[in-house]
Amino acid sequence: MKKLAFATLAALALGTAALAEPVKIGIAAEAYPPFASPDASGNWVGWEIDFINAVCKASEMECAITPVAWDGIIPSLTSGQIDVIMASMSITEERMKTIDFSDKYYNTPTVIVAAKGAVATPDAAGLAGKIIGVQASTIHEAYVNAYFAAGAAEVKVYQTQDEANQDLAAGRIDATQADSIAMDAFLATEAGTACCETVGAVADDPAILGAGVGAGIRKGEDDLKAKINAGIAKILEDGTYDTITKAYFASSIYGG
Amino acid sequence: MQSLGVLGASTLDLLAFAPPGWGATLLRGLWNSVLIAVGAYGLGLGIGVAGAYGKLYGSPWVKDLLAIYTTLVRAVPELILILILYFAVTDAVNQMIMAFGGGRIEINGVVAGIAVLGVVQGAYSTEVLRGAILAVPAGQIEAARAMGMPAGLLARRITLPLMLSYAIPGLANLWLTVTKDTALLAVVGFAELTQATRQAASTTKAFFTFYAAAGVLYLILSIASTFLFSRAEKWARRGQRRTGD
Amino acid sequence: MLKAVLIPRRLVMIFIALGLLVLCFVYGRWDWLLVPKYQKLIATGVWNTVSLLIITMALGMAMAIPLGLAQAAGPWYLARPAQLFCGLIRGTPLLLQLFLLYYGVGSLFPGIPGIRESLFWPILRDAWYFAVFGLSLSVAGYEGEVMRGAFKGVPHGQLEAAKAMGMPRLTLFWRIWLPQALHRVLPTLGGETVLQMKATPLVAMITVTDIYAVSNRVRADTLIIYEPLLMLALVYLSITGCIVALFWWLERRIPTRTA
Repeated sequence: MKKLAFATLAALALGTAALAEPVKIGIAAEAYPPFASPDASGNWVGWEIDFINAVCKASEMECAITPVAWDGIIPSLTSGQIDVIMASMSITEERMKTIDFSDKYYNTPTVIVAAKGAVATPDAAGLAGKIIGVQASTIHEAYVNAYFAAGAAEVKVYQTQDEANQDLAAGRIDATQADSIAMDAFLATEAGTACCETVGAVADDPAILGAGVGAGIRKGEDDLKAKINAGIAKILEDGTYDTITKAYFASSIYGG
Repeated sequence: MQSLGVLGASTLDLLAFAPPGWGATLLRGLWNSVLIAVGAYGLGLGIGVAGAYGKLYGSPWVKDLLAIYTTLVRAVPELILILILYFAVTDAVNQMIMAFGGGRIEINGVVAGIAVLGVVQGAYSTEVLRGAILAVPAGQIEAARAMGMPAGLLARRITLPLMLSYAIPGLANLWLTVTKDTALLAVVGFAELTQATRQAASTTKAFFTFYAAAGVLYLILSIASTFLFSRAEKWARRGQRRTGD
Repeated sequence: MLKAVLIPRRLVMIFIALGLLVLCFVYGRWDWLLVPKYQKLIATGVWNTVSLLIITMALGMAMAIPLGLAQAAGPWYLARPAQLFCGLIRGTPLLLQLFLLYYGVGSLFPGIPGIRESLFWPILRDAWYFAVFGLSLSVAGYEGEVMRGAFKGVPHGQLEAAKAMGMPRLTLFWRIWLPQALHRVLPTLGGETVLQMKATPLVAMITVTDIYAVSNRVRADTLIIYEPLLMLALVYLSITGCIVALFWWLERRIPTRTA
C-alpha cells in the first residue's frame, strides 16, 4: 500500500515535471572566455552560450543553463542534476565508457602556452624540468600526465583553467596546456600579453585528445541525443552556426 | 604597478551595484549563502532535537545508530561528505524513483545544498542539544513527572525552555559554522558568495578587491549573528536571573 | 571494551557493516587501487595531509599562545589587534582565506619587479607554503580564542602565590601560568585537531597534492565517482581514529591535579 502510494506520488510529481521542466544544460561554473563566462549582471555570455541557445531553439527544446563545477560535471550528469553537458567537453574514448556524446560541434588544436622564452618546443624535451599547470579532469591533464609528467619538475592541477592562467602570469608555473582559442583569449589580455606566448600545438593523440567537442548525454537517452544532433545539424545548415562564430572569431572553429 | 592600480581608483566601480559593477552579483551570492545556511540550520536543528531525544531516551538500537551517525559525520571532512551526499544521494533518489517506474527528477542546487549541510549540522546539533538536555536539573523533570504531566507537554513546557539557555552558546557556534560551510558548496559550483566572488575575481582579475569584499560581507554576517545570539541568550536566561536574585 | 561489542545487537550491526563493505568491494570498481602509479600517489597524498596537519597544528598553537595571552592579560595595544585577528579568522570561511592568500597575493607578483630573482621566490611560487601559512593562521585564530579562556581560567591564587614567593615574571609564566593553561585546553585539543584535519582537503583548491587531490586525480582519470570518495572517507576516518587514540593516551599520561 505504502509502495503504491509512493509510486503514484512519484509518478504524479514526474508527470507534471515532465511537462514543465526544461532541459537542464550543464555548463562549467567558471570563466572560460570566449566560450562561456559570467558577466557582471549574473548572465552567462560567450560563443558556447549562443550556440546552446541556437541548438535549443532549432530543436524546439526549452533549455535552462545550469552552471556546475567542471570537476564534478560528469557525476552531475549521471546523478541527474543536469541533463546535458555543453561545456567544451571533448569526445574521448575514456568518457564514452561512462556517458554518451552528440556529434561534435567544434574542434580546435591543443597548445602549450608558456612564459616568454621559458619553453622552446611543445614536446617532452621542451618541457623537461618545467612546472606545468593543467585544469583538473580535462584531456589536457590526461595528456600531460601521459607525455610530459615523467620529465617535468611538477604537474600542478587547477580547478579552473583561469586559475592556471593566473599562476602562469604570476610566474608560479612555466607552462600550461589548453585549448588554443581559450588561450588566445588569455594572451589577448593585458596580463597575458605581458607574460606569455604560444609555443605551439602538441602532437595529436586522438585516444586522449579526442575528436572535437560534443554535448554529453546520459547513456540510453537516445531521443535527447537525436534531438540535439538534429539541432546541431540544422544550425550548421541554415547558417546560424556561422553567424554566431563570426561574432566571436575571425575563422571557423568547426574544424576537420 | 598595474595590479596595484586596480586596487585603487577602480575598486568602487568594480563593486558598484549596477553592471559593470559586480556588487549585485556578490549580494545575490550572499543571499544564496544565507538562504542555504538558514535552511540547513533549521534542518540540522530538527535532526538535532530528534537525535538528542533518541540518544537519551531511545531504544538501544536507536542509540547505537545515532552514535554511528554522529561519529561518522564528525570524523569525515565536510567537503567529502558534501561530494558524497551531493552525488550519491541525488543519484539514489533518482534510482529509487526509476525503480518505481518514474522518470528522473531534477533536484535543484538550493535544496541539495540545504539537505547536505543539514545532515552535517544535524550531527553537531544532536550533541549540543543532548548536552543541554542533560544540563537541565533532574529535579525539575521529576517534579513534572510526579505531577503526572504527559511526555509531550513535559518536553514543551519544562525541558525545552530550560535547556535553551544551555544550548544557545553551542547553537550560536553551529550557526557561525554553517554560514562558513556554505562556502564549501563553491566546490560543487553552486553560486553562493564564495563562488560568485571567485567568478567575479577571475573575470575582472581584481582578485584582492573581490576576496576582501567577500570577507567583509562574511564578517558583517558573523558580527550581526553574534550580536543576535547574545541577545537571545539573555532572553533565554531571563527566568534564571530572577530566581538567582 | 570487548564486552561492549559482544552484545547481540552490536554483533548484528557489525555484521551488517561488514556486509556493506563486502558489497562495496565486490560491486565497486577497485582495480585502480592495484595500479602502482596510484598507490604511489595515495601514499604521497596521505603523507602530505598528515604532515600538513602536524605542522600547522604546531605552528598554529605556537601562535595561539601569545594571541591568547595578549587577549587575557596584555595591554590594549596588544589585546585589541589580537582580538581583531581572531575575529577575522573566525568570521570568514577558510576557503576564502586560502583563495585570497594564494591567488590574491599571486596577482600582485607581475607588478613587483625582480621578485623572481629574490631570495623568497622558491617559497612564493610554491603553493605548499601558502597552505601551511593559511592553515596555521586558522589554527592560531581559533585556538587563540581558546587559549584566552584558558589563561583567564587559571586560578588567581596560583599566580599570586608564585608572585609572593618572589618568582620572576618570566619563570612564573613558563612554570605556572602556561603549563596550567595548556593543561586546561588538553581535553579539547583532540577535538580541535580533528576539526583541523577536516579543514585540510581545502588546500587541494590551491593545487597542493593532498589525499583529496589524489582522489580527484583518480576520479578524473578513471571516471569512477564513488569509490575514490569512499577511500577518502576511510582514510580520514583512520586519521581521526589515530588522533583520538593519541590524545586519549596523552591525557592518561598527564596526571590531573588541578581542579
